[in-house]
Amino acid sequence: MDAETIVILTKGLTIAIGGFGPAISIGLIGAKAMEGIGRNPEASGKLFVPMLLGMAFAEAIAIYSLVVSFTL
Amino acid sequence: MTIPPAAAEPLWHLGSLPLTNAMINGWIAVVFFVCAAFVLRHILRERPSGFQNLAEALVEFFLDQIEKVTGDKARARKFLPIVGTIFLFILFSNWLGLLPGTGSIGIWEMIHGEKELVPLLRPAASDLNLTLAIALFAVIASHIFGILSVGPLHHVGKFINIAGIIKSLKKGPIAILVAVIEFGVGFIEIISEMAKVLSLSLRLFGNIFAGEVLMTVMLGLFSFFLPIPFIFLEVLVGAIQATVFAMLTLAYLTVATTPHTQEEHA
Repeated sequence: MDAETIVILTKGLTIAIGGFGPAISIGLIGAKAMEGIGRNPEASGKLFVPMLLGMAFAEAIAIYSLVVSFTL
Repeated sequence: MTIPPAAAEPLWHLGSLPLTNAMINGWIAVVFFVCAAFVLRHILRERPSGFQNLAEALVEFFLDQIEKVTGDKARARKFLPIVGTIFLFILFSNWLGLLPGTGSIGIWEMIHGEKELVPLLRPAASDLNLTLAIALFAVIASHIFGILSVGPLHHVGKFINIAGIIKSLKKGPIAILVAVIEFGVGFIEIISEMAKVLSLSLRLFGNIFAGEVLMTVMLGLFSFFLPIPFIFLEVLVGAIQATVFAMLTLAYLTVATTPHTQEEHA
């Protein structure tokens, strides 16, 4: 493998592995929020913003790996 | 198909200051809001109609939402200009970047010996300089508000907790141990202040820039129908990222202006 190939491989691996964790965590946050809304439909308005914030924090990790893969 | 580069491309140079395409988009948003403010001031009436109705509804909605976080009216009124401006500016510049023409209309220029299209417009938030500036402003504003509302000594004490150690000296060895750990936690807080700036700026930049790359790739694959769901996704992302940025700024401002309650440790 020459340097060029390794760079391309690393780019792909960075976003693939880096997207793995955030994907699971965003899914979990969404699932739990849905569960909460299912149990108490009136809470949907109150749950929405905290859910978005939590998702944004989880998503930030994926964005870091995205930025890394762009700058590589 | 050329994927947009991570840094905004300079179009012209003013002396040594490059005028980038993201700057043009940012200034369009600025001019829009300044014009809107002047128009609003001109048509201000006792009995609101049209545009004034919309503006009043927006301000009231923001005030309501901000009050839910801060918990009191006085701080909500104080933070509204900062948080509301950040939200509206980011939202407008994000959606401005979705209009057709952004990234496709440009000037052909010679870059590194190759003829390349330099687009005239580029979403303002897809330039790390802009997002970093807003994030720095938000975090520094939270510190200034913190110093103004809880006092400089108290505010610095949140990070360098010497008062806690002095107080604990009277209470015995375990209290001293806890105070030393809290002193160390204070230093971690300093690092987390820097991480705030980093994560705020990178989140917005990454989302908007990734959106731009996504749109370019999708439009390159097939120009008709295929990009529509992705444009919808980008509209959502633009609104969500503006909300997240504003909410986090608000959270930082609220935490900084809340006095640190010194719990009694046994």
